Amino acid sequence: MTLATLFFYLFSAVMLASAVMVISSRNPVHSVLFLILAFFNAAGLFILLGAEFLAMILVVVYVGAVAVLFLFVVMMLDIDFAELRQGMLNYLPVGATIGLILMVELVLVVAGWSISPDLLKTVTSPAPSVTDMTNTEALGRILYTKYIYYFQAAGLILLVSMIGAIVLTLRHKPNVKRQNVSDQVARGPATAIEIRDVKPGQGI
Amino acid sequence: MAIGLAHYLTVAAVLFTIGIFGIFLNRKNVIVILMSIELMLLAVNINFVAFSVQLADLVGQVFALLVLTVAAGEAAIGLAILVVYFRNRGSIAVEDINLMKG
Repeated sequence: MTLATLFFYLFSAVMLASAVMVISSRNPVHSVLFLILAFFNAAGLFILLGAEFLAMILVVVYVGAVAVLFLFVVMMLDIDFAELRQGMLNYLPVGATIGLILMVELVLVVAGWSISPDLLKTVTSPAPSVTDMTNTEALGRILYTKYIYYFQAAGLILLVSMIGAIVLTLRHKPNVKRQNVSDQVARGPATAIEIRDVKPGQGI
Repeated sequence: MAIGLAHYLTVAAVLFTIGIFGIFLNRKNVIVILMSIELMLLAVNINFVAFSVQLADLVGQVFALLVLTVAAGEAAIGLAILVVYFRNRGSIAVEDINLMKG
């Protein structure tokens, strides 16, 4: 058993175990932490496959952004999670049945086919050999040239989701003073200063 | 025994099944449902990368990158909707969410 085989089984075992813990954990904070562990191990699997760039992106995007977002929301909302868990066992039989059927189907599909040799002729962007250039460089060379529109579309999706999240959660409180820039700019000596002629000994 | 494509596909299939199972198991908790969806997307990504490496074709990795983008956007929007809903209703129980029912 080589080292790569050993690490494959280590990463996949830890990933699957933590995925089970994500869905069965009593405390949602623990669920998020197990999700982070699952993503780290998936990144390890990607490195074993030779896709280093995606492995690093997985850690940055999922652990750095998505999981932290989940953690924020779980901790910010004051939710009685024990109440949400009630009746969980009612769904166990139907969920287990559907999950089992699906898994048997997927494993049968995995076991029952092989790649046609003709398919290898239709490869659109052949990966260069590892000795020529790194995975990141190869990916960058085709991502910014051949797939530039897909890359731009991905950026657009992120922009839209960012604006959407801001618009959804922005809240105007009625009795909070806000800056009004146009009022400030339009303010001049005529409206800002008033000259009074104060008589001696009287005041205003 | 060398680790081939079938090993990765099997792991991804099991992970996808765990994601489906999680949706059924946590029918009341939207946060865990969103996390299950993330797990399923991760399983799909593992499939894409495994095939990409097997066929020596980089398109699979490009597409996995796009899946990652959409997953991040989906999580952000989903959690934003969740926060707004909690602010309005004070609960996130899934069976209470029927505002759009005709």
